[in-house]
Amino acid sequence: MKQTFAISIGGAAGQGVATPGDIFAKIFSRRGLNLNAYNAYQSIIRGGHTFLTIRTGTEKVTNMGDRIDLLIPLNQDSMDRHLNLLRAGASCIYNADTIKPGTAADGVQLCPLPVSELADITRNKVAQNTLAIGAGLHMMGIGFAALEEALTEQFKKKGDAVIAENVSVARAGYDYAAAHFTAFQNPLPKTENRYAILSGNTALAMGGAAAGVKFYCAYPMSPSTGVLHWMAANARKAGIMVRQVEDEIGVINMAIGAAHGGVRAMCATSGGGFALMSEGLGMSAMMETPVVVINCQRAGPSTGVPTKTEQGDLWQMLGAAFGDYPRVIAAPLDIGDCFKLIPEIFNIADRFQCPGLVLCDLLLSEGRLSVNPKELDFSPVIDRGELITAANGNGDSSAATTNGGYKRYKITESGVSPRAIPGVPGHIHTAATDEHQEDGILISDEFTNPTKRRAMMEKRMRKVAGIEAAVPRPTLAGPRGADVTLIGWGSTNGVIEEACEILNEQGISANQLQIRWLAPLHGDAILEILKDSRHTIIVENNYSGQFARYLRSETSFVPNGHIRKYDGEPFMPHHIVEAVKEQLAGKTKLSVPAHEIMV
Amino acid sequence: MATTVQRASQLTLADLKGKVDPDWCPGCGDFGVLAALQKALVELQIPTHKVVTISGIGCSSNLPGYINTYGMHTLHGRSLAVATGLKLANHELTVVVTGGDGDGFGIGGNHFVHTMRRNVDLLYIVMDNQIYGLTTGQTSPTSRIGMKTKSMPFGNIEAPINPISLALAAGATFIARGFSGEQKHLTELIKEGIQHKGFSFLDVFSPCVTYNHDNTYQWFRPRVKKLEDDTAYNSTDWMAAMEKSLLWGEEIPIGKFFERTDVPSLHGAEPVLNEGPLVHRDPRVPPDIARSFIEELM
Repeated sequence: MKQTFAISIGGAAGQGVATPGDIFAKIFSRRGLNLNAYNAYQSIIRGGHTFLTIRTGTEKVTNMGDRIDLLIPLNQDSMDRHLNLLRAGASCIYNADTIKPGTAADGVQLCPLPVSELADITRNKVAQNTLAIGAGLHMMGIGFAALEEALTEQFKKKGDAVIAENVSVARAGYDYAAAHFTAFQNPLPKTENRYAILSGNTALAMGGAAAGVKFYCAYPMSPSTGVLHWMAANARKAGIMVRQVEDEIGVINMAIGAAHGGVRAMCATSGGGFALMSEGLGMSAMMETPVVVINCQRAGPSTGVPTKTEQGDLWQMLGAAFGDYPRVIAAPLDIGDCFKLIPEIFNIADRFQCPGLVLCDLLLSEGRLSVNPKELDFSPVIDRGELITAANGNGDSSAATTNGGYKRYKITESGVSPRAIPGVPGHIHTAATDEHQEDGILISDEFTNPTKRRAMMEKRMRKVAGIEAAVPRPTLAGPRGADVTLIGWGSTNGVIEEACEILNEQGISANQLQIRWLAPLHGDAILEILKDSRHTIIVENNYSGQFARYLRSETSFVPNGHIRKYDGEPFMPHHIVEAVKEQLAGKTKLSVPAHEIMV
Repeated sequence: MATTVQRASQLTLADLKGKVDPDWCPGCGDFGVLAALQKALVELQIPTHKVVTISGIGCSSNLPGYINTYGMHTLHGRSLAVATGLKLANHELTVVVTGGDGDGFGIGGNHFVHTMRRNVDLLYIVMDNQIYGLTTGQTSPTSRIGMKTKSMPFGNIEAPINPISLALAAGATFIARGFSGEQKHLTELIKEGIQHKGFSFLDVFSPCVTYNHDNTYQWFRPRVKKLEDDTAYNSTDWMAAMEKSLLWGEEIPIGKFFERTDVPSLHGAEPVLNEGPLVHRDPRVPPDIARSFIEELM
């Protein structure tokens, strides 16, 4: 079992759950620890319930885990909802003035803080939070200096008086815990490593900046809005034009306009906004103007549950826009991969002049992860493909108006035609959404011609083979011939990996096939891997087994079983472990684990 | 090696002729708009490769195929959004957007309003024939009450929008109306619209000879009155423009309703573009900036 430590903080929205979370995260990170943070919340600005879990450890931490070591309920509701999650060895720190504990499991330490005795609550409205941070850090065996430093940074903008006030309150909590509570058995370790902590949305945005995105536009939509926020805040430093547009139809069209002008253009949305972009994707494909669109999935259909995660948009991505056209679809495997994937998919979109679709989800978009800063590479390969940006192409540059022999949609073996951007002399053409011939002239009206139409369809679709060759094949993690092979895609990578570790420790050998590039799908490579598998189970965060159905449609492969979850919350490792065991025991072929944390 | 600076030869109408001839119905008002646009570009001597003509879908939106400039024939109603992106990617290009009333005021109405308030530096020419032509004659957002069409065979009961008043309210900084039957006047308005630094809206009466039997050349000719002929009219007076925009019936004003030059265009207002068009910039984030982005996360 991984040696990790998890803190959960629960409260109403607006009660200040985020600040203690940020402070703990900063302190863990400065100790050289990995961390993963997941906030379960509701679509409400003030009130309701929100539950933040930060898990930390010296090894890689990829998910929220199965165990809460320290619970800090900021109100009675949080205590009532979550105390029952604690097991022996865990502790619960709470405000004794306002919160009554329920019955805790054996071996759980209840740590009441006499808040009004320890702090002037008329002056400091969030004194209970600060006291709890101080008490918690003492119990984790962390020196007070680390907390003082973190508080000083946190309240820097509010001035010295606020800093001093918070430090003194935190100190009171720290000292009270020293005198009254039992510390955790293992103090939190320390390493020399240094990590960057970022959300998936920040990673997607930074990945875009690294890829050379010069135009980003969006309409605010949870859970994708964080990409817009990073882009907007850093636009001027990074030299990126960032626009908030009237709707997602405008977004995709504006992005394609900018891309057609010659820059890399990107936009992000969620399922509802992506639905509005559908027709625009067809335009990108037909004009052969590359654009990258990120869909941060949330629980659908329709408005659905805006603050909850799901992998429910795969078929929307596969079927977006009418007609056949080449597209590339990829799902990042974790928050670090959100960064890395963007330059990769831009290179493919540019080389093959087609839309690149990124299938992210709330779990990654709004989650936080410690990432080795070396993985945030701002000098990735930038391959713009066959782009003509000056009069150096196959047109006659001296013939500014007569246009040489340039054909924008020249029929080639690869299906890729050199793309001149507006402004280049000698390459004038019209890009149209109507079907067109090699020189761009429409063949949808008086020049309609079945032979030319067929040739153009085949030209565009020939690009699929090129994309397939450009996209790496999936690989198996773990030994071949294991008792069970778990197949997942995108964001479930970390939790499946941990479930495999637990299964292996428990004597069930398990390996993992995680899919990152969804379209084109390397069906043959997948079948080659799975032919040695003894028991295959597809794990996905949706109701109907969207990936299972896709894999079957592409390869005729049918797995032995399925593990699915569609309650809005992500998988925890034990959900998968227990489901694998019941399936190997022959009890069921479809497991739908129940989520124990009620938010 | 000596370089020869080629003197750009004088641009003529022949240079602007498209690869194919328009397939509009004989007598369509759109011919006049195309001719006026070509004449305006010749008179302004803007090199053809520096002009991008962008349209949506519909009869009039076929125009980019009939003129020898860079062109984009986009989706129904989306031309202004596409044009905004293109202009921001390379603001050195001259952008002319063309389309019809259904394309611009119906399906594209949302983008129309927002592109005006953003003051994107482009000329938007709407060939307004008050009918849907390419779909064979249905009611459009500018069809008059009572007009009988295939979609409203007993007469339209919905009030038309007033594009000029709408443009005034939405903050367009150049607003004019032309008539396809008044070539010289229309050419001048197009020239002014291209030269205006900001969003220029030009609504053009462009009669549909096949499906609109109410608003014909014969109907318009005696009614249109040039604002330029009214020496008392001041096109910098927004209230006066709004009042004029409401005139419809025996007298319908054409010409420049309104212009203001004190509002920066979108690309002029955004400091990101101070160092020149995005398309000419190094795609890489400078290393020191990249480092600062990562350090903020540590």
